[in-house]
Amino acid sequence: MKELYLLVPLAPLLGAIIAGLFGRFIGTTWSHRVTILLVFVSLIASLIIFQDVIQAGNIFNGTIYTWLVLGETEFEVGFLIDPLSVTMMVIVNLVSLMVHVYTIGYMQGDPGYQRFFSYISLFTFSMLMLVMSNNFLQLFFGWEAVGLVSYLLIGFWYTRPTAIYANLKAFLVNRVGDFGFLLGIGLVLAYFGTLDYEIVFAHAEYMAKHSIEIIPGQSWMLLTVICLLLFVGAMGKSAQFPLHVWLPDSMEGPTPISALIHAATMVTAGIFMVARMSPLFELSETALSTVIVIGGITTLFMALVAVVQNDIKRVVAFSTLSQLGYMTVALGASAYSIAIFHLMTHAFFKAVLFLGAGSVIIAMHHEQDMRRMGGLKKYMPITYWTMFIAALASAGVPGFSGFFSKDAIIEAAKFTEIPGGGFAYFCVLTTVFVTALYTFRLMIMTFHGKERMDHHTREHLHESPWVVTVPLIVLAIPTVVSGWIIGSLVFGDYFGNSIYFLSEHETMMKLEAEFSGAFGMMLHALGTAPFWLSIGGIFVAWYLYAYKTEIPSKIKSLSGPIYNLLDRKYYIDELYSLIFATGTRSLGTVLWKIGDVKIIDGLIVNGSAKLVGWVASWVRFFQSGYIYHYAFTMIVGIFILMSLWLYHS
Amino acid sequence: MLFGFPILSVVIWLPIIFGLFVLIIGNDHRVVLVRWISLLGSTLGFIVALPLYTGFDSTLSSMQFVEQHIWFERFNVYYHLGIDGISMPLILLNCLITPLVVIAGWEVIRDRISQYFGAFLIMSGIVNGVFASLDAVLFYTFWEASLIPMFIIIGIWGGPNRVYAAIKFFLYTLLGSLLMLVALLYLYHESEGSFSILSYHQLPLAMTPQILIFLAFLLAFAVKVPMWPVHTWLPDAHVEAPTGGSVVLAAILLKLGGYGFLRFSLPIAPDASHYLAEWMIILSLIAVVYIGLVALMQQDMKKLIAYSSVSHMGFVTLGFFLFNGYGIEGAMVQMISHGFISGAMFLCVGVLYDRLHSRQIADYGGVVNRMPIFAAFFMLFAMANAGLPGTSGFVGEFMVIMGSVKVNFWYAFFAAMTLIFGAAYTLWMYKRVIFGEVANKNVEQLQDISLREGFLLTLLAIAVLWFGLYPFPLTEVMHATVDNLLEHLMNSKL
Repeated sequence: MKELYLLVPLAPLLGAIIAGLFGRFIGTTWSHRVTILLVFVSLIASLIIFQDVIQAGNIFNGTIYTWLVLGETEFEVGFLIDPLSVTMMVIVNLVSLMVHVYTIGYMQGDPGYQRFFSYISLFTFSMLMLVMSNNFLQLFFGWEAVGLVSYLLIGFWYTRPTAIYANLKAFLVNRVGDFGFLLGIGLVLAYFGTLDYEIVFAHAEYMAKHSIEIIPGQSWMLLTVICLLLFVGAMGKSAQFPLHVWLPDSMEGPTPISALIHAATMVTAGIFMVARMSPLFELSETALSTVIVIGGITTLFMALVAVVQNDIKRVVAFSTLSQLGYMTVALGASAYSIAIFHLMTHAFFKAVLFLGAGSVIIAMHHEQDMRRMGGLKKYMPITYWTMFIAALASAGVPGFSGFFSKDAIIEAAKFTEIPGGGFAYFCVLTTVFVTALYTFRLMIMTFHGKERMDHHTREHLHESPWVVTVPLIVLAIPTVVSGWIIGSLVFGDYFGNSIYFLSEHETMMKLEAEFSGAFGMMLHALGTAPFWLSIGGIFVAWYLYAYKTEIPSKIKSLSGPIYNLLDRKYYIDELYSLIFATGTRSLGTVLWKIGDVKIIDGLIVNGSAKLVGWVASWVRFFQSGYIYHYAFTMIVGIFILMSLWLYHS
Repeated sequence: MLFGFPILSVVIWLPIIFGLFVLIIGNDHRVVLVRWISLLGSTLGFIVALPLYTGFDSTLSSMQFVEQHIWFERFNVYYHLGIDGISMPLILLNCLITPLVVIAGWEVIRDRISQYFGAFLIMSGIVNGVFASLDAVLFYTFWEASLIPMFIIIGIWGGPNRVYAAIKFFLYTLLGSLLMLVALLYLYHESEGSFSILSYHQLPLAMTPQILIFLAFLLAFAVKVPMWPVHTWLPDAHVEAPTGGSVVLAAILLKLGGYGFLRFSLPIAPDASHYLAEWMIILSLIAVVYIGLVALMQQDMKKLIAYSSVSHMGFVTLGFFLFNGYGIEGAMVQMISHGFISGAMFLCVGVLYDRLHSRQIADYGGVVNRMPIFAAFFMLFAMANAGLPGTSGFVGEFMVIMGSVKVNFWYAFFAAMTLIFGAAYTLWMYKRVIFGEVANKNVEQLQDISLREGFLLTLLAIAVLWFGLYPFPLTEVMHATVDNLLEHLMNSKL
């Protein structure tokens, strides 16, 4: 099996190398054939492993090679193949394969065609290494590698000023998260003496009694500090408030990567990481509480912004932020399996929404403003219906995948006794309404109503080619059905030991007690608030954007400051730009111009040189070369010495 | 010594002899001959150094390949050579960089070619001598001699302000090392007439002399590294130096300072080192953070990389004074890795400078449109400079940060800021130079890298990736020596 495990990440890596280094020799067609074939191989391999792990229960934890040895500690590259990682492997490979196929259509004729395939295969490799890791170091490797590929892909169209601004911003904001993440890893190594998951988790309970003083006099629980620092990393990668600012801008990248990286896989790395670290997080009430509150804030406030966006991709981007908030809330409520479940359903329906949006964007000749769309349904039926399914899933309509995962999260937030749980419950509940509203606002503005595009664009409107529609259809299937496995995935023994929760955290037990099968869950939902909120949201969207279309602009003018606040995304970008970008640059300038140039170089270095020069210029006076000068100096000297001698005696 | 063959002597003197030979045959009519002989000499220099690695016994902490002959009997001065796990990787790095520098100057240098190549070959031998010397007089001779070729390289083939830069470089480093001479003479006196560096390690010393010795050495080594606040010679020297000079300066000469700490300061004055460690760490962290911010604001690419060097070398001195294996080995790895990365970064700037004769960031923009292969290489090295895992730049920083967490969380906190600043200054520069629309007519004319440049950058790229993905062989050779050093540091000399 070990060869098969290796094949999973190495196949896409090989594809990336072939397309990247030899792309110009083998041409566009062979580049996509090779990379797609290799990702397909990787998918098949992960399905075989999936079967082996879930059915036969063969869990693997072993080393591939030793990276470094320091004293007693070995740093290794190795795999942990358990239900959690194998689930992620299948999701990553499935979405990646679909995005590879879709890219053939989307990137057709782009001069960077081979480079693009190389990048997305490289991304697949990095993401697989991240989820398959059995230690913190390799996790960090994958973590940074996906960040790198994200950077390269956001700036894929490198001549666009907005794209190269956005990719730098994304990388730096992620680095802020990694800063915390690395310190967390450092504390793990310092106190556990290893970075191996198995050993660290086995000693977690023992280390829970340990406390450290980061600030003298303040004693904190070691695990709390570690978990909070690790979570800072998760906040960066999974774009949680206040490190969410990079994700909306990342939409400057080509749409396939928005679907693959900035919706379905990479941004969920933080969620995956916290679930993986559940044996640590469970032991720290403070950490869980922080997680749930951050998740709540992100869920609600990012959803509100989505309502006022007019760029179709940005609506989906803010929706992603909000959905990531849902997952984080689930993590904070100790419902890790539900978080992973939502991660999965979200990967499918969000990928469909993004790829559908991309299909619309191609048809509209790269127009992304929904105010210039409308009535596209009749031109693009496949895109419309697949997106419609995804929209229903996103809004949480019973029967569709998003409903099961989201409803479970709301219930989890209701049952949890973690401080901050009440706040999070309020957020996730309210957001159901907002989600339905912005999703159907998008659907209606894009596909229904008046055709607001110009004449030229309308003439060329047509459904996208099969390479675009097939991935949409393939991904639409799990968008409908994947929710129904909630019983076995979340409440069964599916995850086994790969996810851990304390018996005091009763959320999952309560949910399980209430759970009466997927169908029962649907029936039960009809009488609860989330269902009516979601229906209400859809209705309001229909009323405002299809029926009384003049109302939105009235609301907009009436709610001036609030609208502006949402439209400007709470002015967080402006605030960061002022504090961090301008602040850092000013500080750098001061340190350089004053510290280095004026003080060290000007005063001390050149100053001492000048001092020597100044002294020398006086001493030089005595070195004139005229004998009578020397004779005169000598006489004066003798005179002074004589006087002193006489005076003293 | 392998089969009684004086490998170290050959490693030192072969490049010097080739250098002198090149000087003798050289005038500008025999350019081709001079080039090929220089390349031959530098390549042979690398090949003869390879047995130092293959024949090295990494289980031993004592000196290997030892050669000892009396030099001045009257003063007990010996021609005493030997290497351990600390000096061996540095010698190999130096021997590898020299042929690269020769290739880098192949067509670029147009006047006084034989003197240019001769200076680099001679310097290569001298630097090997510094790393291999076990006698204080021999060491000091090589140490000061290493200034001369670089002084000439900057002063003759440098930019418009080269004389200021050359003199600043020379005086700064010379003044720094004068007190070292005093310290060495004091140790000669205390040890009752020995110049053996290894005997100084065992010499019992009281606290006050230890501190004074430490400070005397500190000045010499801190200037070389360079540590904040004696770093200001470096940006000037780099800006004026020709590409090859910058590469050797960053990749090799800075390491002399780091090596000095490990060979002299720490083992000779262990108690003073412990006593002053906190100050040294603070200075190192200032280098990481303060210099990181200064680097952010540079308009000149070479200055930016020079400041980034200072910031990265802050990790080296930080690692030394943590007194644990992570710190010291991490610092060693950082030195080697910085040799590759900074060398590569300066070569990349050199590639651009050779074409447009400007180092100003503002004169570029959209280079990727004309030089995609170059842009890919530059991206790799920029990421390595930003410490991306998978490149060698990550390994040393990671090890030192891990070592700092063990000592004090806040050391790690400030050191880890390099994750943010390192990425910010490197990638911001990359963005302004490489990305975007073609900025002006000059950029429009750019040609992608030649085979020669591609060969250089490929070699360095392999090194950067190799040590990033598999640093094990690099650290393996230093374990025994570093363990021995740490043990030595635990024993007080008081």
